[in-house]
Amino acid sequence: MRRPAHEEERAGKSVRLARLLPRRTSVEAWLLLLPSVVLLATFAHVPIVATLIDSFYSTPRRNRPSHFVGLDNYQDMIADPIFWKALTNNLIYALGTIPASIAIALAMALFVNSRLPGRALLRMAYFTPTVLPMIAVANIWLFFYTPGYGLLDQIAALFGGHTTNWLGSQQTALGAIMVVTVWKEAGFFMIFYLAALQQIPPDLREAAAIEGASRFAFFRRVTWPLLMPVTLFILVNAVINAFRTIDHIFMMTGGGPDNATNVLLFHIYEVGFKFWDQGAATALTIVLLAILGLLALAQFVIAGRKVHYQ
Amino acid sequence: MTITRRLLLAAALAGSTALAAAPAHAETQLSFYYPVAVGGPVTKIVDGMVADFEKANPGIKVKAVYAGSYQDTIAKTLTALKGGDSPQVAVLLSTDMFTLIDEDAVIPYDDLVKGDEGKKWFSSFYPGFMQNSQASGKTWGIPFQRSTVVLYWNKEAFKEAGLDPEKAPQTWDEMRDFAKKLTKRDASGNVTQWGIEIPSGGAFPYWLFQGLTTENGAILMNQDGTQVAFDKPAVVEALQYWVDLGHKDKVAPSGLVEWGTTPKDFFEKKTAMMWTTTGNLTNVRDHAKFPFGVAMLPAKVRRGTPTGGGNLYIFKKSTPEQQAAALKFVHFMTSPEQAARWSMATGYIAVSPAAFETPALKEYVTKFPPAAVARDQLPYAVAEFSTHDNQRVTKVFNDNLQAALLGTKTPAQAMKDAQAEADRILKSYK
Repeated sequence: MRRPAHEEERAGKSVRLARLLPRRTSVEAWLLLLPSVVLLATFAHVPIVATLIDSFYSTPRRNRPSHFVGLDNYQDMIADPIFWKALTNNLIYALGTIPASIAIALAMALFVNSRLPGRALLRMAYFTPTVLPMIAVANIWLFFYTPGYGLLDQIAALFGGHTTNWLGSQQTALGAIMVVTVWKEAGFFMIFYLAALQQIPPDLREAAAIEGASRFAFFRRVTWPLLMPVTLFILVNAVINAFRTIDHIFMMTGGGPDNATNVLLFHIYEVGFKFWDQGAATALTIVLLAILGLLALAQFVIAGRKVHYQ
Repeated sequence: MTITRRLLLAAALAGSTALAAAPAHAETQLSFYYPVAVGGPVTKIVDGMVADFEKANPGIKVKAVYAGSYQDTIAKTLTALKGGDSPQVAVLLSTDMFTLIDEDAVIPYDDLVKGDEGKKWFSSFYPGFMQNSQASGKTWGIPFQRSTVVLYWNKEAFKEAGLDPEKAPQTWDEMRDFAKKLTKRDASGNVTQWGIEIPSGGAFPYWLFQGLTTENGAILMNQDGTQVAFDKPAVVEALQYWVDLGHKDKVAPSGLVEWGTTPKDFFEKKTAMMWTTTGNLTNVRDHAKFPFGVAMLPAKVRRGTPTGGGNLYIFKKSTPEQQAAALKFVHFMTSPEQAARWSMATGYIAVSPAAFETPALKEYVTKFPPAAVARDQLPYAVAEFSTHDNQRVTKVFNDNLQAALLGTKTPAQAMKDAQAEADRILKSYK
């Protein structure tokens, strides 16, 4: 897509070439792109456009077929306190889980990258949560959190503590869910950091050692900048996951108590597949898409400037 | 696993009918979705009943699909329906009736069993169960796994607390007083045994709460499912009583009590009394290691409980042959013999008086009198809360109940909010 535009710029200089070349190359380019364009269009672009159109129509009911309502669905959404609750929860969830899982991932990667006895075992231990399906993870943590019988309460009981209903209280439910997410994500991100760390040439460390740089200075001036491309990649993934991964919410709280763990995608599911309110669900979907699109764009523009690709 | 087992069984059955030299006539395939909402080996019991049906009706194959909770099952059913792959029969909440009608998903049984024959069939079930099965003069569901809320109590704990182990609380005040005596604390003040647990987590707070509101003389919705009455003083008072059990009297956990773990709390003696569905009766009988009793819910101004549980629905997207087969299947599953069998295996109330007249159930009730408590409570039962756009209204109701129980809203505020939101949702159905 970018190539023809590129060629055209150059074409300003040589009109004759521009008439012949771009057409041929652009045909070739389009042919090469065709398979992925078809797939993307079928499974991403067309549904997005269809969703956008649907969001301007009312939900069909038995006696009242769908009709054009303009921005009504969006107005209803803005008036809906659960939407705002879900959005706020989602932001807290993202702001809480993303930095934590990235920091822990980096710490773990630095740790298992050093020369340690049994580090293969350690790496595996850190990576295990990633291998487990989210549903299994949710079940494990359900067992941890269950008031009275759960691991946490059993440990608390040893020290004379009282039972805590982690998932049943509005103060702790979202935090409890976030801990599960960090536990699951950190190991996955660690693998990327580990791979990146092993790419850093050892002579840099030797040079720094000769210069007498401290380990912290070396990390700050050399390792961290070299890890930036990976960090950007991880960040993009973490942001998407923060809005996308809700399996554990299904298993553990169902969005409750009183919407304390309701997030955008879960809200969309409920509106779309429990209440069968297609109009409202499509409007919510468009909002989620817009948020994700803007976030991805911002990340590439802002973070992209700071990223140094080797 | 169930599906594989079903397939194997189906293959085996197909094989045996072939051996019996039955002519190769076209088979009618039915797919049957059902949920599991109580403890115990429910899928095994359902598989057994389905296998017996197939044996009695060669030429009909039933694919029984366990589809999760009630909420999962209706979500799956409606999704399948919109995707053009609808089941022909399903067990769904009786309260999903309005939703299924609004989605134009089900056929009324009156279209399949006409005239007096139909009338006779419908009136063979307990009228309390038919309230949630009929609307606008038609019958949309046939009662299958129906229940009421009952109170279970631990007789051993009663004895330890100096209470008469054979006497359950009869009124709200009595229940609170008993619960105070039954709540045990250790040296450091931590509770080791609660007096009472009324589940408030998950999808059912509204249902247990309806027990309280009914006892306080309140009716939560109108017959057409277009109007709710959440903000009436009797409702707020009932909620205050529930909230106080945890926060003021401190005889129940102050946070949410999970629906699923409540029976376990009872088995493990973490609570001396619990409210839950009679559908858990067999589960409790099998797991409680102490003598226990089952009683009707205590009264305030009257006795009361909602009915609850699932009905069998037949779906529109099916061929006439499938509809006929589905009707046969529903007839079979709700026949007195099968209803008695299902009731004994789970604890759900057998859906017709005739089922209680079968020798098997008669004998069971004589040996195990708690099995009859829920039936005897039926005269006090009211229709389970159900409106148009039921899932959404129920969620609003549940959310606000939980907010009150967690102490983030006063009962009056919570019910006022629920009323306003429900009015907004139901506006378009009037």
